[in-house]
Amino acid sequence: MDRDVVETVSLRWLRRLVIAGFLAITVFPFYYMLVLSVRPIERLLLDPGALVVGFGELTVATYAEVLKATDDGGQGFLTFIRNSGLVAVAATVLTLLVAIPGAYAVARLRFFGRRQVDFLFLAVYLFPSIVIAIPLFVVFTRAGLRGSLFGLVLVYISQTLPVSVYMLKNYFETIPVSLEESAAIDGAGRLGIIRRVSLPLAMPSIMAVALYDFMIAWNEFLFALLFLVDKPNRWTVSLGLSLLADGVEVPKTVLMAGSVVLTLPIVILFFASERLLTEGLTSGAEKG
Amino acid sequence: MTTTAPGPGRSPTRERPAPPRRRPLTLRRRESRAGLALVAPTLLVTIAVIGIPIVWTLVLAFQRVRLATLRKTGLFGEFTMDNIDRVLHTPGFAETLWVTLIYSIGGTVGSILLGLVAALVVRRPFRGRTLVRASMLLPYVAPVVAVTFVWQVMLDPQLGIVNAWGQRLLGWDAPVPFLTQESTALATVIVFEAWRYFPFAFLFLLARLQAVPGELEEAARVDGATPTQRFRHILLPQLLPVIALLGVLRFIMTFNKFDDVYLLTGGAAGTEVVSVRVYEFLTARTDIGAAAAQAVVLAVVLIVFVLIYLRFFGRRVS
Repeated sequence: MDRDVVETVSLRWLRRLVIAGFLAITVFPFYYMLVLSVRPIERLLLDPGALVVGFGELTVATYAEVLKATDDGGQGFLTFIRNSGLVAVAATVLTLLVAIPGAYAVARLRFFGRRQVDFLFLAVYLFPSIVIAIPLFVVFTRAGLRGSLFGLVLVYISQTLPVSVYMLKNYFETIPVSLEESAAIDGAGRLGIIRRVSLPLAMPSIMAVALYDFMIAWNEFLFALLFLVDKPNRWTVSLGLSLLADGVEVPKTVLMAGSVVLTLPIVILFFASERLLTEGLTSGAEKG
Repeated sequence: MTTTAPGPGRSPTRERPAPPRRRPLTLRRRESRAGLALVAPTLLVTIAVIGIPIVWTLVLAFQRVRLATLRKTGLFGEFTMDNIDRVLHTPGFAETLWVTLIYSIGGTVGSILLGLVAALVVRRPFRGRTLVRASMLLPYVAPVVAVTFVWQVMLDPQLGIVNAWGQRLLGWDAPVPFLTQESTALATVIVFEAWRYFPFAFLFLLARLQAVPGELEEAARVDGATPTQRFRHILLPQLLPVIALLGVLRFIMTFNKFDDVYLLTGGAAGTEVVSVRVYEFLTARTDIGAAAAQAVVLAVVLIVFVLIYLRFFGRRVS
């Protein structure tokens, strides 16, 4: 047997093995999360190695406890979900309102400072967020915005803006200019062109950016921690889960139910739009 | 602030009466106007929430500011080198920097290697490929708080599955407190980093791999190159620019990372990275000046590393 055959055959098997391995390490933690969230804590302590839930021990009491309001003896996650949802939706909508015109301008219009704008966004994107956090912490403390969800929305807009503009810009550039020119000849003004021609064509990309923004805002932790920690009724799901996990009072299985609640919307959104997202994120990567 | 306003804000009203009387604006100038007007909201938000804070951090780093005395300190109070001095001489400074460096390099290399292997194995179509590819992105898209919590529980000495299995199947004598003992904590955090961010490298590398023309590999195969040789001489050179770019991106992002370490270990057991330290200064000690100084040190060190990196790999990255 020559080297080529040996390599080809062994690599074929190795490849299957590696794929199985990757599936195991990526999916297992989520499976484990789900399993723990429906087991009573006593069962977990007795047998921490179990991977399947026995029929008799299956429980959804963990979910009931985590979702119920604190007044009813629960952990109040319903309130957290509302906060997170509110913040994430507001941040997404506002980011798009700001980013779409910005991205269009950078992609299409020649104006003074256009090149610098590109560079500015990259720099902002890569700058440590903890550096920005300090003065924002100071300003928000002074302005009384600490503890308000509005302040958080403002920060999230700034955090998602650079990537949003970048992704949208890349997409706008792929739309043939001739389409816009023919609309201009038909008498459409600049805004009319954007609204009637560019926006409908860019819809898939806009959806991808919206999903990306939503995910970032829903998952964010540092700024929520800095701004909301003293106000339990304003906590986001991420913040609530992390703060409750620090203590010992709440059983881990109940918190696992909390993590499922935190993760599930994102996973559903992601699987529903996987293709859209991955293409959106890497469009333009081939150039580099 | 005032310098950006006139472009989009004032000029249209000033110019409005002009068109009917004199000749209209040229197309080029109108385009420039529209461009500035459309990009203005983006610029305003970015400058207000990011640009000004960065400059302000610089100012704060050279002022004596604590949360309690905040109201009394003006923007341009007296300047002092105290903070920088204090930050440099607080015990643990050098160690923090060293830990951050190991953590960043480990996380970067780990995630790129994993991502490369992942991209190579799912490159060609097979049944269920879309599902496999989507699953591989899960660690990256899932909320950081949820995944760090799951890891904490998995690695827990009492109820964690890793220790339960380790003792049962691998014959460990005692449970290993992965995240709380010095000898394993940093390594565990780095493994977590590689696990969570390999999808990022995977996406970029896969996109590049799929753009490699099939004829190249075909030609090599005809010439008798074996699969490993084809990887070494055909694919790898094609991937190197992307790998170099990923190297700098991941390094910067890991170097700045706060959430992962803070949530996994809280910076204990020899895992205190610079951003966690900044957070400690800011909240536990409410010493804003020191926090800002520490953050400036973080940014400066980062810039130096990136410049060194670009010097060595600059041509590949661009």
